[in-house]
Amino acid sequence: MDQALFEFCLRMGDNTLVLGHRVSEWCGHAPVLEEDIALANTALDLIGQTQLWLGLAGEVEGAGRDADALAFRRDAWDFRSVLLVEQPNGDFGQTILRQYLFDQYQALMLAELVASSDARVSAIAQKAAKEVAYHLDRSRDTVVGLGDGTDESHTRMQAALDRLYPFVGELFGEDDLDREVAARGIAPLPASLRAAYDAALAATMDEATLALPDSRWSQSGGRDGTRHSEHLGHLLTEMQWLQRAYPDARW
Amino acid sequence: MYAQMVKSTGQGVKPREDMSPEERHFQDRVDANEKIEPKDWMPDGYRKTLIRQIAQHAHSEVVGQLPEGNWITRAPTLERKAILLAKVQDEAGHGLYLYCAAETLGISRDELTEKLLDGSMKYSSIFNYPTLTWADIGAVGWLVDGAAIMNQVPLQRTSYGPYSRAMIRICKEESFHQRQGFDIMMKMAQGTEAQRRMAQDALNRFWYPSLMMFGPSDKDSVHSAQSMAWKIKINTNDELRQKFVDQTVPQAHYLGLTVPDDDLRFNDETGHWDFSEPDWSEFYEVLKGNGPCNEERMAARRKAWDDGAWVREGLMAHAGKRSHRTAAE
Ligand SMILES: [Fe+2]
Ligand SMILES: [Fe+2]
Repeated sequence: MDQALFEFCLRMGDNTLVLGHRVSEWCGHAPVLEEDIALANTALDLIGQTQLWLGLAGEVEGAGRDADALAFRRDAWDFRSVLLVEQPNGDFGQTILRQYLFDQYQALMLAELVASSDARVSAIAQKAAKEVAYHLDRSRDTVVGLGDGTDESHTRMQAALDRLYPFVGELFGEDDLDREVAARGIAPLPASLRAAYDAALAATMDEATLALPDSRWSQSGGRDGTRHSEHLGHLLTEMQWLQRAYPDARW
Repeated sequence: MYAQMVKSTGQGVKPREDMSPEERHFQDRVDANEKIEPKDWMPDGYRKTLIRQIAQHAHSEVVGQLPEGNWITRAPTLERKAILLAKVQDEAGHGLYLYCAAETLGISRDELTEKLLDGSMKYSSIFNYPTLTWADIGAVGWLVDGAAIMNQVPLQRTSYGPYSRAMIRICKEESFHQRQGFDIMMKMAQGTEAQRRMAQDALNRFWYPSLMMFGPSDKDSVHSAQSMAWKIKINTNDELRQKFVDQTVPQAHYLGLTVPDDDLRFNDETGHWDFSEPDWSEFYEVLKGNGPCNEERMAARRKAWDDGAWVREGLMAHAGKRSHRTAAE
């Protein structure tokens, strides 16, 4: 089995799965109807991308597990999602800032993956890139609008940035797996995206009148599964409950 | 049906000889199946009744996100999760079209929202019932969207142009929802013993509340008579309920489920199913706010509105600053 490609697909698919789940928690509770629609749409795209990434992971693994088996029957330590996407929704500001921090990274990653040496990876990236470009437009505009809105919205957005920034560094982590997929031309080294990310982030935060924290200290342990947040276990408990409680049922 | 017991003028249909020339001209246009558009003259009662009816429908779409949203994070497969997300997204979109249609009558979405939140406007009784198992998501699509379609298909021909056009868009999506709901029920009814039990339990709990969606018999209602003369109501509640039962009973049988009504019988003379009326005292209690989930539904909507205030204000303030800056350049 191609372990490196399998794990790479899990990293992509678990991020979209966990973030899609988080965003879907907003359903019916958003600040305005347009946001209910937009958040549901974002969640829907992310779940759709999950089906593709985890579907490919299952195909690469060749052990008979499909996307659902991977999503609903793995325990937390086998997940490869970054800590950022596991973070709770908090208020709407925290949700939309988390979305922006992720979208900005994902857009850069997908733009490179379009040229992947693996045709299946490239095909998924092409489809996902269009959706993510739209998510990024929205999340960026909303972060700017709320950062540069009222005193209250500014204060809340700054608090969200201070709270979430320590999870940004993990997106650009590097291990043997990253080096292998990069050497084979499947995916870029995440670190190679950092300069473009930092530039985009600085421009957005400037427009949003928000200050990036000085410290670049970063939490990690999600994308290699060594130390997830406590939140992930609860999220999976909810998400996987039916499949776990009725293992022989088909839905 | 998402609009229940909408009060009209309370006067009954105005006789032609009592009508002003404008009213007569208006009624002639309605009778000739012409569409009334926002800038056209219309009787005050027509405008008010329509606002109540369209707003109640819009509120129902919005509150209706909650019982289904309750299962999005627990949907059993990625595909089911995606289908349910798309459905709930559609319902929010329906709310948006309908608020836009109501706004053409001279009332803002914010005003209508305030009226929902202070309890002076209602939403359909059905959304005050809980969704307790995954089969309930099937039952809601099959029965609740099914009942909504019964009412909304004829309303595509309603006299008010913006309302009619909203209904045409909505109906296309509702029939998808119903099919998807039936598909869930089918999987459940043909599934394991536990799944079959969930399916039957869902039908048991949703059958009578679905029949209540059409509202009590209104064949003698003065409100309904006026609404029908204005073509903002096309059929009586009993006609629609009967149609719904006639369509749904064979589907339940196909699924191998039992409709929870001992008196359900096919009547050879009428060619229709005879059925028991729901408990109308329960219906009135639910409308008064005493249903199983009224508290939770309203609390959720109020919390969303209150917690979202800073977001709406922040975005407005930013838009203001932006246009100010553009003007200064
Ligand atoms: Fe709807
Ligand atoms: Fe629907």
